[in-house]
Amino acid sequence: MRFNILHIIRIFRAGWKNIYLHKLRSLLTMLGIVFGVASVIAMLAIGEGASFEAREKIKELGSNNIIVRAVKPPPAPGTEQQTTFLAAYGINPLDLRRIKSIPSVEQIVPTWEDKRDVWYLDKSTSARLVGTYPGYPGVMNLIVVKGRFFNQVDYEMIKPYAVLGSSIKNKLFPLEEPIGKTIRIGLNYFTVIGVVSERAIVSGTGFEAEDINFDVYMPLTTQRIYYGEYTSGERRGGRMSIDRSWVKYHRLIIKVAETEQIITTAAITEDILRANHKQQDYEILVPLQLLKQAEHTKKIFNIVLGAIAAISLVVGGIGIMNIMLATVTERTREIGIRRALGAKRKDIISQFLIEAVILSSIGGFIGVLLGMAIPNIVTKFASMITIITYWSILVSFGISVAIGITFGIYPARKAAYLDPIEALRYE
Amino acid sequence: MADNLIEFENISKIYKIGEIKIPALKNISLAIERGSHISLMGPSGSGKTTMLNLLGCLDTPTTGKYIMEGKEISSLGDDSLSEIRSRKIGFIFQSYNLIPHLTVIENIGLPLFYQGINEKSIAERASVMAEVVGLKDRVRHKPAELSGGQQQRVAIARALINNPAFILADEPTGNLDTKTGREIMELLNKLNEEGTTLFVITHDSKVADYGDIVIRILDGQIVE
Ligand SMILES: Nc1ncnc2c1ncn2[C@@H]1O[C@H](COP(=O)(O)OP(=O)(O)OP(=O)(O)O)[C@@H](O)[C@H]1O
Ligand SMILES: [Mg+2]
Repeated sequence: MRFNILHIIRIFRAGWKNIYLHKLRSLLTMLGIVFGVASVIAMLAIGEGASFEAREKIKELGSNNIIVRAVKPPPAPGTEQQTTFLAAYGINPLDLRRIKSIPSVEQIVPTWEDKRDVWYLDKSTSARLVGTYPGYPGVMNLIVVKGRFFNQVDYEMIKPYAVLGSSIKNKLFPLEEPIGKTIRIGLNYFTVIGVVSERAIVSGTGFEAEDINFDVYMPLTTQRIYYGEYTSGERRGGRMSIDRSWVKYHRLIIKVAETEQIITTAAITEDILRANHKQQDYEILVPLQLLKQAEHTKKIFNIVLGAIAAISLVVGGIGIMNIMLATVTERTREIGIRRALGAKRKDIISQFLIEAVILSSIGGFIGVLLGMAIPNIVTKFASMITIITYWSILVSFGISVAIGITFGIYPARKAAYLDPIEALRYE
Repeated sequence: MADNLIEFENISKIYKIGEIKIPALKNISLAIERGSHISLMGPSGSGKTTMLNLLGCLDTPTTGKYIMEGKEISSLGDDSLSEIRSRKIGFIFQSYNLIPHLTVIENIGLPLFYQGINEKSIAERASVMAEVVGLKDRVRHKPAELSGGQQQRVAIARALINNPAFILADEPTGNLDTKTGREIMELLNKLNEEGTTLFVITHDSKVADYGDIVIRILDGQIVE
């Protein structure tokens, strides 16, 4: 009867009044908890977003794939000042044939890529031209949503066919049906035969950000006929120099039959390339390995985050304890009066404990709001994916309540065990 | 045998400060009848407040027996003593001891809060008590907005609200001028006539004269 819900609500209301009486002080006291909780939620949301991105990227690159990418080697000393520069590097058909002969390799698809403007009537957009094999959508998990991808016959017949990424389709054919239309790239015309589905843009996690929605695919044979092996060149750095490249293949996508064979296959590939290239003009990406790496990074990130959060929450808790101790001292006489009027020790304990819990949970609540706002800001300005998980909100709010109890109990007990006579005499 | 509310049997209280022992009360025996009005006089440091604290169950005697309404309570624990304070005793202090951030009505109702009584009946009973002490129109005020005499009336209302068996007052007029002090004593006297047992500490012989019995204490011993 004494400790029913109504009574506790009354103590809560009295506690709230006291906190409200010292608004500024209470707010400052809460800050530790506010920032602690906010950082837990925000950082978990960022971490969760990063691992989502990593998983998406793996999906995009294919978990059974090894990717060999042509990398422009650093220019030799003395050539840096030149404004135009032709670099011959990258992967060649011999590499392809050698790698293809590894028994665990199921399929191998090369690409040649170049940045070009694509036109349809008066509309244009910049695009990445990708010349490749008909097997490309298969190894890259691309889904054709309209029309079809080019096939082996198109490839052999060197057909002027193009398949559009979703953004290209949206830019050039916002309302029209694209299939069968003719687009222009440079001086050459191509017939659109298909459109592939949209892919989430992913960045970070050790991968280069690339928006494959701006790809235009065509048979490698067709591309060789129309564009040869020289890229159109791109501006690099602030120096405004134009680099042209002579590259046979920009990428090899190697599909391995069994997931267990990926690591060994990657090692063999590495050996083959090292034996046949004078310079380091390639890099090997193993999406599966990168996923593991990303997961490891995330684990470390979580540990660091956990430590930071724990420290800031403890600091917040100490802040609350500090202010509660000050409150107890300040209200010593009040405690004496309450005791004289019949308050038991547990009444005094609940009074001060509930005040501490109110402080910490309001702090926690503000922290939750702030923690939910920060990831949105990060998403907006740093274009990173963030995912706020509900359990992180519940857990961090729960922790803030627990902090109030943990750090409030000592001041509350101190108040309850004051000698009522001494407390009454306190000036 | 008379109806004794309180009996002290050979009560002593010794304060210890480190190695030094200060005997504040020495072998006091005393009986207080229900409905009586006792004045306690004595010089400063003679042990008056110590005695009041013991009577009010705020402290326990070093030796001796404290019997209230026929039951020995000298060895009870903190919770039971709190319960006795909550149900049987009302305190009035020289410096009023109101809680500054609570309103008059909240201060008056405070003892009932610790009896677990619901808020509505606390408010009702508190406003009745405010009326009894003549402060009906000041119930929403904070103590700082009241005069000394008004604050002491609030304290009296607070001491009365739980229908205590007895009221203990430590220099209730000590901070008040003669006229206001007299008003307060009239009020207390009226309550005593209505049946409340009163125990009043005072320096002032005019105040002491309101009592049926005047006890004098010197160096922790009753001299008269
Ligand atoms: N908490 C304490 N610790 C140690 N000594 C104390 C304590 N309280 C009182 N005393 C001592 O006990 C003696 C009696 O004190 P008490 O407060 O009862 O006097 P009093 O009669 O109320 O005096 P006054 O009229 O000044 O209020 C004094 O010598 C005092 O110093
Ligand atoms: Mg005294």
